[in-house]
Amino acid sequence: MRQLSLADAIREAMVQEMRRDSSVILMGEDVGRFNGAFHVSHGMLDEFGPTRVWDTPISEAGFMGMGIGAALTGLRPIIEFQYADFMFCAMDQIVNEAAKLRLMSGGQASVPLVMRAPQGATGRAAQHSQSVEAYFMHTPGLYLAMPSTPYDAKGLMISAIRSNDPVLILEHKLLYGAASPGGGKALTDQTISDIGSDVPEDAYTIPFGKADIKRAGTDVTIIATLIMVHRALAVAAELEKEGISCEVIDPRTLVPLDEETILESVKKTNRVVIASEDVARGGVGSELTALISRKAFDFLDAPVACVSTDNSPIPFGPAAEQHVVPQISDIRQAVYEVLKD
Amino acid sequence: MTIRKPEDVVTPLDFSGMDQELLKTLFLRMVRAREFEEQLYYLFLTTKMPGTMHQATGQEAVAVGVASALNKDDYVTSNHRGHGHCIAKDVSLDLMMAEMFAKRNGACKGMGGSMHLCDFSKGMLGAFGIVGAGIPIATGAALSAQVRGTKQVAVSFFGDGAINEGVFHESLNMASLWKLPVIYVIENNQYALSMPNELVSAVTDYSSRGCSYNVPGERVDGNNVTAVYRAASRAVDRARKGEGPFLLECVTYRMRGHARFEPAEYRNKEEVELWSQYDPIKRFKEAAVEAGVLTEADLTAIEAQVDDEIEAAIAFAQAGEDVGPEDYKQFIYELDTTAKAGLK
Repeated sequence: MRQLSLADAIREAMVQEMRRDSSVILMGEDVGRFNGAFHVSHGMLDEFGPTRVWDTPISEAGFMGMGIGAALTGLRPIIEFQYADFMFCAMDQIVNEAAKLRLMSGGQASVPLVMRAPQGATGRAAQHSQSVEAYFMHTPGLYLAMPSTPYDAKGLMISAIRSNDPVLILEHKLLYGAASPGGGKALTDQTISDIGSDVPEDAYTIPFGKADIKRAGTDVTIIATLIMVHRALAVAAELEKEGISCEVIDPRTLVPLDEETILESVKKTNRVVIASEDVARGGVGSELTALISRKAFDFLDAPVACVSTDNSPIPFGPAAEQHVVPQISDIRQAVYEVLKD
Repeated sequence: MTIRKPEDVVTPLDFSGMDQELLKTLFLRMVRAREFEEQLYYLFLTTKMPGTMHQATGQEAVAVGVASALNKDDYVTSNHRGHGHCIAKDVSLDLMMAEMFAKRNGACKGMGGSMHLCDFSKGMLGAFGIVGAGIPIATGAALSAQVRGTKQVAVSFFGDGAINEGVFHESLNMASLWKLPVIYVIENNQYALSMPNELVSAVTDYSSRGCSYNVPGERVDGNNVTAVYRAASRAVDRARKGEGPFLLECVTYRMRGHARFEPAEYRNKEEVELWSQYDPIKRFKEAAVEAGVLTEADLTAIEAQVDDEIEAAIAFAQAGEDVGPEDYKQFIYELDTTAKAGLK
């Protein structure tokens, strides 16, 4: 089958949906003339023109609010935030308006919009590196999808565009692929597997709330998202040589969360590592740990280990960034830790 | 320039070219807005009405003058002081009253309350309780109308407090850049909660604030419903013709406190008494009778009609079922993925 990069897979999803449904539009900073800061929207302005692909001013709160207004009145906007960090400029519109309108209106309002944002530490220092999922996992009314592979990215993106509720898709900059700025270097420097890069040409959807077992195993469950999926797979491949069998689960959507797949795996392996790039405090690791302790406490043979970013803004210096953000060695160490007794 | 003196902005009502049906509609909507809120005030004192409310007493001509220049399918966004905007857009008093009482038959099924009243079937896209939040949303509705090729326009009502929020400026810029059919209505009631215009705004001539974005503006007597209606009609015509956004500042006065029972002690009595002489409903009645365009009997009949409507709305609301403890679950997401999304 044909292989695509993650950036190409997202673009293909957007393009196919925009061809199918004239109500789908794309808005964001530099998404048109510049093809998107990470080239995800390459060529879309040429194909769809300026009434479908809107190059906006640098006004995140403004164009997010406009996306909501358009979504309330018959369009299905895709809003690109150039970096996930910039979403904080639009926090009122996302959290107070988009997420709450359906309930506040007693079900009259639908806000069928998709927010896309690249995140993750890539040498760009504290304000262009954050992993923001915990803020939005905490906000009822939003869906939250995190594709780790091109296959997942296309299917989740199409599901998101067809959803009648607001969806946030967080994309990891290092996973975009060679055509994106920094992507080629990432492929050579990092251990990013080509898992899930076979992507069907026809449109398809991946249902929200359906985790994917990226690798089956029996000794320890590693729950991971985005680039941590790839780092976990690298650890699993190494440890196999030592006779340790790791199961790698990618929830794919944090909201809704496929608790069943996670808990089944925990009940099988009895040992859990959670690998996530958001900071530890109040984060995805803490939330999943709480879930597992509530619902599978009796099955645990060791405390759950969370591998997360240190409770610090992301520092610039490469050695420091690498230290605060979870690496393959951190995940490996955590696996040893939960297997200790 | 700060406006504390009515004579700086007040203009005489002008009924020329307005037919009787329109004049009756303007009066009916203003009286509905006034009496609905007066009745709420009473109900808060005497019954177990939950929550809070923000009255727009004295500001009715703004909501009514603007909304009466719109078509049914034009869009409106409102704010926390929004009962009048809904009423001016013909949202049913029954549904509104039931919402105030947190009933299942309320406009928002008892999920929104006073600060989030809306009715999408009337183009009323919602009242937004965060100051300024409705401004980009109306702008997006205008963009949607432009993309879909309809001739709809959008209106955002907001107060003098909202224009110091960033989204006001972001929205005006984009609306002007793309010539979107949107009318921004500054309902300048002269106070952002306790703060008068001149203590929070470096420039208080608010209709001029569009000049940075090439958005034309006009300041009108906001207690003069015919002046508001005429200015809004001009702005709406322009927007419908594709000539872009307009900034309409309607100078008015908030006759009551910021919220339910708030005594507004930051204003002096003389000022409040002075402005109460310019009550928009009183002015309309006097001018209409004097000009001979409506009779005392016409006006009294409308007031009696509103009394009946409000009585019926209260009965409708009180007969409704109370919101149940788990009703909210059906409104978080469209699909039944709610269970998986974190609700147990």
